[in-house]
Amino acid sequence: MLRIYCPYCESVRDEDEFHCVGEAHIKRPELPDRLTDQEWGEYLHYRTNPRGEHREIWHHTVGCRQHFNVVRDTETYEIKLVYRMGIDPPTVPGRDR
Amino acid sequence: MTQRYSFLQLIRQAFRHHEGWTPAWNSVEPKDEYDVVVVGGGGHGLATAYYLAKNHGLTNVAVLEKGWIGGGNTGRNTTIVRSNYLRDEAAHLYEFALKLWEGLSADLNFNVMFSQRGVLNLGHSLQDMRDIERRVNANRLNGIDGEVLSPADIQKIVPILDCSPGNRYPVLGASWQPRGGVARHDAVAWGFARAADRLGVDIVEHARVVEISLNLGSGAVEGVVVEHEGERKRIRSSKVACVTAGNSGVVAALAGLKLPIESRPLQALVSEPLKPCLDTVVMSSAVHGYLSQSDKGDLVIGAGTDGYNGYGQRGSFEIIEETARAICELFPVFSRVRMNRQWGGIVDICPDACPIIGRMPVPGLYFNCGWGTGGFKATPGSGFVFAHTVAEDKPHPLAAPFGVERFHSGAVIDEHGAAGVAH
Ligand SMILES: Cc1cc2nc3c(=O)[nH]c(=O)nc-3n(C[C@H](O)[C@H](O)[C@H](O)COP(=O)(O)OP(=O)(O)OC[C@H]3O[C@@H](n4cnc5c(N)ncnc54)[C@H](O)[C@@H]3O)c2cc1C
Repeated sequence: MLRIYCPYCESVRDEDEFHCVGEAHIKRPELPDRLTDQEWGEYLHYRTNPRGEHREIWHHTVGCRQHFNVVRDTETYEIKLVYRMGIDPPTVPGRDR
Repeated sequence: MTQRYSFLQLIRQAFRHHEGWTPAWNSVEPKDEYDVVVVGGGGHGLATAYYLAKNHGLTNVAVLEKGWIGGGNTGRNTTIVRSNYLRDEAAHLYEFALKLWEGLSADLNFNVMFSQRGVLNLGHSLQDMRDIERRVNANRLNGIDGEVLSPADIQKIVPILDCSPGNRYPVLGASWQPRGGVARHDAVAWGFARAADRLGVDIVEHARVVEISLNLGSGAVEGVVVEHEGERKRIRSSKVACVTAGNSGVVAALAGLKLPIESRPLQALVSEPLKPCLDTVVMSSAVHGYLSQSDKGDLVIGAGTDGYNGYGQRGSFEIIEETARAICELFPVFSRVRMNRQWGGIVDICPDACPIIGRMPVPGLYFNCGWGTGGFKATPGSGFVFAHTVAEDKPHPLAAPFGVERFHSGAVIDEHGAAGVAH
């Protein structure tokens, strides 16, 4: 069971209050009709799937219903960082990027 | 040379107090060069090696496994075998596998305990029932056995299932595939390993592939670097076939590739042994629980996947709670059964819930992955078509629709929503 800090409720809650939406910081293409099939396929279907640090969007589904970003290790499940939507991905403390 | 198993052999060994049995496969050191290197010693990798040797005469083949044979999802799954998929491409592939299952024990000279005890997929809503009817009709058009059952029919097959109208998850009907069933997962890995070994394939356990070497000029595959017994060793091969399930993304990255796959834990649990009470497989995708009873008597229960990516082979606790809740609603008689063990495996999920089988943009590199939550049932078929794809450097006709190109051409095979069932 993960314990997740919601940056809007400003409290730590159990995992089952949340829903993981998927990889964070995927930019919608600015000119979708100019994309090649390769680029379009990649935008739609390809996600990073690291064994290690992963940036993802979580939704506080049965809480404040806000979306926010989480940096989580997919091997140890340690949550390294939580930050609000709309800001540039910050670096994880104690680590160069 | 390993022995052939037979009734006569059993009697002979009995007189020698069963001390004369030799190991089912040999433990070997990897050679410097192979015609094909198979990465991953799960059922699919071992089946690939077996059919490379049997059907294509390629015996200079190695299977490199980072742990032990069958220690991945092959030895962790709930062993349901069926072929009642909706889409033609998927139905043909899984039905081909089911036909191989029907003769597998004899073919491998190893009892894989394939038991065609039938598979029920329950419907709990009108939409479930419409989907079930559509799927059963599609199956029958594809020559796959299937029936739509009423609650009264279901009750005859599974008297302990609560089909009463007031149930929290009312049972409105089910699809029934009598030829479906279960098999013994370990035996499948061991049987393929032994049969491949008998044909000359080298099976190397505790050998983790840490590098895929590419030719700087042509970009083609030249071999792999493997970590084995504390040492790194370079193995030359112009064909590298990766069958690494949940770790496929990690292995693809060794060749600089990305796959449309996400890795997530999927859980299962088994109960204490009970007297025989369930002689078929009951699945319900709406409430996400499914179960069967093993020959030992324990209930084998499959749960759902975690809602997020992960490589920890355990899984979240609330998933177990959810599944246990559903099972208790459907089978009130099991409400006080104690669970003995729980575990997880890392499943490789594709956006369309169908596998990726075929060549990669790097010449000489092949992947067979993306089987996600439901690849055990395909083990022999997967190995058969993948061996063909690797040996001929051209997709087997049944594998052709499953190339990774489909995620760029748009010809995805949408089994997810369609079949609505995960395993
Ligand atoms: C809990 C659970 C229940 C399931 N239930 C069902 C079911 O009822 N029916 C069904 O059809 N399917 C089911 N599945 C899915 C099924 O188990 C898999 O799709 C199938 O077993 C995959 O087989 P495989 O040989 O490809 O993978 P695996 O058996 O996982 O083999 C892959 C192997 O690759 C090895 N490997 C990884 N990286 C490296 C490396 N770098 N070097 C060397 N080796 C490496 C791993 O150690 C592993 O042994 C279930 C899965 C789980 C986890």
